[in-house]
Amino acid sequence: MSVHIAPIACRELVELITDYLEGALSAEQHARFENHIAGCDGCTAYLEQMRETIRLTGRLREQQISPDAWVELLHAFRGWAST
Amino acid sequence: MAEPPAPPAFPGLSPEERRLVDALRARDEYAFMELTDRYQASLVRVAMMYVGSRAVAEDVAAETWLGVLRGIDGFQGRSSLRTWIFRILTNTAKTRAQRERRSIPFASLGDGDDGPAVDPDRFLPPGDPAAGAWASPPRGWDDLPEAALLSAETRSVIDAAIDQLPPTQREVIRLRDVEGFSSGEVRALLELSETNQRVLLHRARSKVRAALERYLSEDTA
Repeated sequence: MSVHIAPIACRELVELITDYLEGALSAEQHARFENHIAGCDGCTAYLEQMRETIRLTGRLREQQISPDAWVELLHAFRGWAST
Repeated sequence: MAEPPAPPAFPGLSPEERRLVDALRARDEYAFMELTDRYQASLVRVAMMYVGSRAVAEDVAAETWLGVLRGIDGFQGRSSLRTWIFRILTNTAKTRAQRERRSIPFASLGDGDDGPAVDPDRFLPPGDPAAGAWASPPRGWDDLPEAALLSAETRSVIDAAIDQLPPTQREVIRLRDVEGFSSGEVRALLELSETNQRVLLHRARSKVRAALERYLSEDTA
C-alpha cells in the first residue's frame, strides 16, 4: 500500500527546520521534510547553512577566565571552607 | 542482615555531578576549581545578558559562587547541578539588573512571534505555478575556506546578530547554542514550555543565519 505524501513548499520547509533538527516533527511531517530535501538543492543548502550557523555560534564559547577572578574565587572558597 | 541506609536521592544528578557535590561538601578545593574551571566563563557570558558591563558580570559570577557554596550543603539535587548553579546566576543577575534599573528579559510568547524565517521575497509569489519555491535560493558555504568561517570578524557578526534579538530569543540561543545547554535545561531555567522554547530558538537561529548569509555573500561577491 503506498501512502501519498503531500508536498511541501520551500517557504514552509524553512519554518520546520528547527523542529526537524530538534526531532520534534511527527513521523508524517518528518517524511515530508526528507522527501522535499532529497529533491531540492536550495533547501539542502539552507539546511546546511543552518547547521553551520549552529556550529559557528558555538565558537563564541571560547573565552579565558581572568587570573584575577581565579584568585578571588579561590580566596572565597577558602573563607567558606574554614567556617 | 541490615541494609545500609539508602543514600539521599539526587534524581537530577549524573554520577559525575554527584561526585562533585560530595567533594564540595567535603570542602575539597580541587572540586571547586574543577567546577569554576568548567562554568566560570559561561557564568560571566550569561550574566552579561542581564547586566551592563563585563565587570558587573564578573561580580555577579563571584556572588553566584558564594551562593553555590552557601547552598551546597542543603542542595537537594532535584535539578542537575548545572541547572541549579545557573538558576542562582540568573536570579543574582536579575536582582543586580533591577538595582541598576536595566530592563530584564522576561519569557513571553510575543517574543517568538515576529515574522518569517526567510524574507518572503526570496520565494516565488502566490499565483506562480511554483509558488513558495525558492526564487533566489541560498548557496552552500562549503566552498568557503574554514579560516573565513572561523575568523574573528565572522564571530563578531554572529555576536552582533544575537545582541539585536528580542531578549528571550537572545537568552534561548545563547544558552542552547553558545553554552550548549539541552532544551530541557533551558526550559527549566527560563520557565518556558517545550513549544515556546523551540519557537524562540527557531526565530533566533533563523535571524543569525540570515545575518551570516548576508555577511558571507558580500565577502565573496
